[in-house]
Amino acid sequence: MIHIVKRKEMPLTHALAIRFGIIGLALIACGIVTTLTTGLSPIDVYGTMVSGAFGTMRKTWILLQETAILLCVSLALVPAFRMKFWNLGGEGQILIGAFASAACMITLGGSLPGPALILAMLLASLFAGGVWALIPAFFKARWNTNETLFTLMMNYVATQLVAYFVIVWEVPKGSGNIGIINQSSEAGWLPTLMHNKYLLIVLVAVALTAAMYVYLNYGKQGYEIAVVGESPNTARYVGIKVNRVIMRTLVISGALCGLVGFLLVSGSAHTLTTSLAGGRGFTAVMVAWLAKFNPIIMVGSSMLLEFMSSGAGEISTIYGLNHSFGDILTGIILFFIIGTEFFITYKVVFSKKGAERDV
Amino acid sequence: MFDFLVSFIPRAVVQGVPLLYGSTGEIVTEKSGNLNLGIPGVMYVGGICGVIGSFLYERSLSDPSQMNAALGILIPLLSCLAGSLLMGLLYCFLTVTLRANQNVTGLAMTTFGVGVGNFFGGSLIKLTGADVPSIALSATSNLYRTRLPFAGDLGWFGQVFLSYGFLAYAAIIIAILASYMLNHTRIGLQLRAVGEDPATADAAGINITRYKFMATCAGCMIAGLGGLYYVMDYANGVWSNDAFGDRGWLAIALVIFTIWRPNVSIGASILFGGLYILYLFIPTGKDLAVKELYKMLPYVVTIVVLVFSSLRNKRENQPPESLGLPYFREER
Repeated sequence: MIHIVKRKEMPLTHALAIRFGIIGLALIACGIVTTLTTGLSPIDVYGTMVSGAFGTMRKTWILLQETAILLCVSLALVPAFRMKFWNLGGEGQILIGAFASAACMITLGGSLPGPALILAMLLASLFAGGVWALIPAFFKARWNTNETLFTLMMNYVATQLVAYFVIVWEVPKGSGNIGIINQSSEAGWLPTLMHNKYLLIVLVAVALTAAMYVYLNYGKQGYEIAVVGESPNTARYVGIKVNRVIMRTLVISGALCGLVGFLLVSGSAHTLTTSLAGGRGFTAVMVAWLAKFNPIIMVGSSMLLEFMSSGAGEISTIYGLNHSFGDILTGIILFFIIGTEFFITYKVVFSKKGAERDV
Repeated sequence: MFDFLVSFIPRAVVQGVPLLYGSTGEIVTEKSGNLNLGIPGVMYVGGICGVIGSFLYERSLSDPSQMNAALGILIPLLSCLAGSLLMGLLYCFLTVTLRANQNVTGLAMTTFGVGVGNFFGGSLIKLTGADVPSIALSATSNLYRTRLPFAGDLGWFGQVFLSYGFLAYAAIIIAILASYMLNHTRIGLQLRAVGEDPATADAAGINITRYKFMATCAGCMIAGLGGLYYVMDYANGVWSNDAFGDRGWLAIALVIFTIWRPNVSIGASILFGGLYILYLFIPTGKDLAVKELYKMLPYVVTIVVLVFSSLRNKRENQPPESLGLPYFREER
């Protein structure tokens, strides 16, 4: 007879060791899958992945930038998740923030001076992302509308809104895309720091990680979020205004997603497309969850996922395979890690006189 | 107006059928309390498994057009069901047996499933060393697109009601059966009990794990058929990456829109299918941008339904009470 018992708190080092072990196992599984589908030797597979991610200085910087952007999205989502509000609308909040930035660049590009334009774009993005998250939060707080489904639907509303404006602003007419915005004047483009166009975004991510860690762990608001997440009734009892906390937290969450939209438009892509968010809103959910909603550990989990996708991208480029191979490998790693959590939280007990035991 | 309807309805229906499969599957799943956000991935896997089965079968023949009709239909159908079943088992193993978070598992399954679809869709030719330029399974598709022989002679009636392949009718039958099963049988009653309050159901002697596994796996297999219908019937057997698009999410939207009722979903999927292509029929002149706003309609309508059902707060219109929550018997 088998039964399952919840463990007492496992020491963090122990739990981390298990997680690293399982990531190792998952990587081996990925190697086996790659060998089976492509016939490459597993060592070549890993070598190619490492060189794809860190092969050149430029590749390393691109990896860092992608990690930074994914990390920012996860940081944006994490306050909502700690409150047990499943914000699956990161994708839409990023897009709407990107849309606000692009709108400022296109309409105000000629009239405002550089720094003022960037400030306007930043504020517009924060505002747009915040509003996009506030809508489901309002209905959740007021009428307990299911937030998972609501935020999910908001993604596609945002996508279609962007699709509409992409055609309105398309250059040249009939091409179906906007192209690089303000290519000659570079108005509204984030400046390059020390001749490195990737550095600024990485620094923003570092600052945001520290800020979010402090906000969640040392502030009154962070504490309120934790209480509402654990038990809304307890929160009400101690005098926390639950509705206000839900809406305030989601505005923060959405505004930070909007910030990512701003970074994407102003800092790296300099254009607006419907696929600009690139699934990060969903990947970030997994990044945050893998790290148990801890901002510091999220640095590692976002790096892992970006490493996998750039590594798998390299494999598919070199061996002429489809680029979606990376998604398969990411999926396998996630399944492994998702499965492991069970063994960290619970232990399986085999009782000898099981038949008599009334479970 | 009449001519418009005769040309519009069949196109709305063929758009609606994959959505109907997806939403029926997801409703059955959600009734057991599992919120499977992996449905978009499952539909991709269902589609590509059918394609792989049929691709290998067609390649094993010297002349695909002379293939055995029964095998030509059964091989893709069974591969599709097997692939979707595996996805369902994976989801259940992680969320029910290992009690993992359903949202995260579902999203990972969508990433994985869409990846599998696009990878094999894009690399199947290279992996099997075939010398064809693209995956075009016209022989299999012809079997799936077989219409009733006299449908063409019946004018508008034939066009509106009889111009579809057998999977379209199967979708409607499955939805009616699912609806009947949920509301008029003991199994359905017990399944709903599991989704509403697993602890009480457990106390009443219902095997929670078994119901969750059965409902989720059956739901995944139904949803997978939507992917198969899309490739074999709608797309004439031609697989192109990402062509299936966001239909999986639209199917999840439909679940809310129909307030968890598969029989309502029959009409609603056709309505959503119509909304999906409405822009093709509305004279927008040179303004192509407006059509993108029309594509927003299904999602906006879903949000409105979601808000209204929570506003009115009628008990029979709510999501299953334990939707998205894992059940631990030991943690009561």
